[in-house]
Amino acid sequence: MMNNKNDIIIMDHGSGGRLSQELVQNVFVKNFGQNQSGPMTDSALLNISSTKIAMTTDSYVVQPIFFPGGNIGKLAVCGTVNDLSVVGATPLYLSCGFIIEEGLLISDLEQIVKTMADEAKKSGVKIVTGDTKVVERGSCDKLFINTSGIGVLNENCAHIASGSNIKSGDKIIINGPIADHGMAVISIRNGLEVESSLESDCASLNKMIAKTLKYSKDIRFMRDATRGGLATVLCECVEDKPFGIQLYEDSIPRNETVQGVCELLGFDPLYVANEGKVVMIVSTELSGKILEIMKRDPLGKDASIIGEVSASNEGLVVVETEVGGKRLLSMLTGGQLPRIC
Amino acid sequence: MKYINEYRDKKLVYALSEEIKKVSKKAVRFMEVCGGHTVSIHKFGLKSLLPETITLLSGPGCPVCVSSQQYINKAIAYSRLEDVIITSFGDLLRVPGTSSTLAKEKAKGGDIRVVYSPIDALRIARLHPEKKVIFLGIGFETTAPCIAASIKQASIEGLANYFVYSTHKVMPPAMTAIITEGILIDGYICPGHVSAITGSSIYDLYPKKFKVGAVIAGFEPVDLLQSILMLVKQIENDNPMVEIQYKRAVKQKGNEKAMQLLNEIFTLRDDVWRGLGVLIKSGLGISKKYEKFDAEKMIQVTEEPSFENPGCICGDILKGLKTPNECPLFRKVCTPVNPIGACMVSNEGACGAYFKYAV
Amino acid sequence: MCLSIPAKITKIKEGNIAVAEVGGASREIGLDLIEDAKVGEYVLIHTGYAIEKIDEEEAMETMKWLREMAENLPDHNEVH
Repeated sequence: MMNNKNDIIIMDHGSGGRLSQELVQNVFVKNFGQNQSGPMTDSALLNISSTKIAMTTDSYVVQPIFFPGGNIGKLAVCGTVNDLSVVGATPLYLSCGFIIEEGLLISDLEQIVKTMADEAKKSGVKIVTGDTKVVERGSCDKLFINTSGIGVLNENCAHIASGSNIKSGDKIIINGPIADHGMAVISIRNGLEVESSLESDCASLNKMIAKTLKYSKDIRFMRDATRGGLATVLCECVEDKPFGIQLYEDSIPRNETVQGVCELLGFDPLYVANEGKVVMIVSTELSGKILEIMKRDPLGKDASIIGEVSASNEGLVVVETEVGGKRLLSMLTGGQLPRIC
Repeated sequence: MKYINEYRDKKLVYALSEEIKKVSKKAVRFMEVCGGHTVSIHKFGLKSLLPETITLLSGPGCPVCVSSQQYINKAIAYSRLEDVIITSFGDLLRVPGTSSTLAKEKAKGGDIRVVYSPIDALRIARLHPEKKVIFLGIGFETTAPCIAASIKQASIEGLANYFVYSTHKVMPPAMTAIITEGILIDGYICPGHVSAITGSSIYDLYPKKFKVGAVIAGFEPVDLLQSILMLVKQIENDNPMVEIQYKRAVKQKGNEKAMQLLNEIFTLRDDVWRGLGVLIKSGLGISKKYEKFDAEKMIQVTEEPSFENPGCICGDILKGLKTPNECPLFRKVCTPVNPIGACMVSNEGACGAYFKYAV
Repeated sequence: MCLSIPAKITKIKEGNIAVAEVGGASREIGLDLIEDAKVGEYVLIHTGYAIEKIDEEEAMETMKWLREMAENLPDHNEVH
């Protein structure tokens, strides 16, 4: 039934009947069900020995669904794993809901699902439940994925999500160069057609972050710098707070090709999405150690201290520019668009 | 990146900043008339590197900011036609018309596509012969030749469904209007890429007739600071003149091929500049020979009447008479999320830049 | 206005099109506005067209002047 590479998803695949069942078995269970046994039930039954559970949800609508360095499925798994990791939780279980536009090649769907299974295995999480719907052509753009994730909060991590212990003098660290994901996706969109070796930095950060958690008492705050980029994380961090941030622009790691594409299209890399970057605020005493731990991990080899929390400029992020001038970093208002000016 | 990184060298920037501080004695006001300069100055934090003797003003160099509300209203009206595809630079999407924006129209189903180049618009026109593809032509003498090239290409190919709705303008009438309106400036930081096309002689009248110096500046921090230093020296020596700082890109005679094409496709006409009113021979309309590519002549549509918020002082800000901080609406009502005037919407409008970057 | 970027021509194609590269990213550009473009030359690109060639000699001269000026200044200690 499914061995023709030109086979496409049709409305009947979402009807709940025989065709739906076959799709679920041959694509989803085949890939997600490895290392899991037992009958398929309406809900997954999980054993979680903790009362401190972290839960997150996200929807993925990226266009195009395949991009250099990944696809929408990889994004979904990594994004959810990262959302759990940055609050200091160990990610355990994921759910995935698929909204599929009729006409999507089944082979494309299979490739995406396989990527998700591979990524889940690499991160040590299980995809335990899901859902599939098929919608008419034009009702969604090829494929939308929604995921939820559950994890268990680690010891001495409850303060990290809110950043309630942040104080003046704390250092700000990022694990690598910014804007790779956003520019990799934007550069291949219709009309912009920039050719480059750019690849998304999409990656699960949980294992790298786990190595730092034994020092969690001195980790003040963590967030993954996704939509809105590094700038958004920092601006949100200081909003209505009694401290500010001093950012050193020339300490921010950047990839030269990403810079080139940003210059070409008029994008500011500070606001461009990342999918494999965590921003950490840690005590000064711990900063050297965290940097060392990150640098030993392939996802943190270009880690850098990029700024510090300051008692002045409350509620503001002030940038020392790469040429030594001073300016403000403010929140993004809408999405960035390529500009002539 | 060659020709970029070396002009962002921290040591050179520091050296120029120190030199300016050493040489600058008189209090001076320099105006830049190029949105690209506005952005660079703010993005690199250059004001914090200058002595208090120097005040930098932003002039009417943001093409989005000086375009009339009527233009956006008409673009919106075009976008509502069934058989039209609007192609536009990203800069225009959020500019407020009387009651809508192109971004809102897109969300409501209008076929509005952001492009990087008019070449992309030509491609869309070829792919959709059944549709009228209108390119929103905005920008000064840097951009107009590029749009001219696209019209020429359409003409060579016989591409009958490609149109341009032009609001292109030329800089000198606005620069002259600033001085003749009595706005006090001691020197012009001239737009580097406009000048790469036009050459430097368009600025000759400023030192000759008005004793206002003019330095043609590049866009990197080193370029801008060197240009400011050159203007300061002119002031201290009481010797206003036209100078080219951006020598690697600007020749005295400019780009003759580009100018020829511009003059073939476009003709000068009187035009409305937001904040400055009607300026004689300041706009570029499509010439008679190419009128079949002129959206205004070929496609009829009625637009919503314009309505300017009475509290908006974009006009004064565009002339450098007031700074954004002096606007009663700035930050309180008028923000990038809810822009009242074009100066706030545009990435390089004075208000947008202040809001985003000014400490 | 005028976001224009210096880019290096890496290939000349038919029909007045070239490929230009900046920092490892490439794009097709129109050559309608300049004469005699050659592979290896640097041009300013604006909205997909080359609008002018970069004069390497002038660039070197400007840099030379700037560097000499910087050398004549007392040492600057960089903080942080």
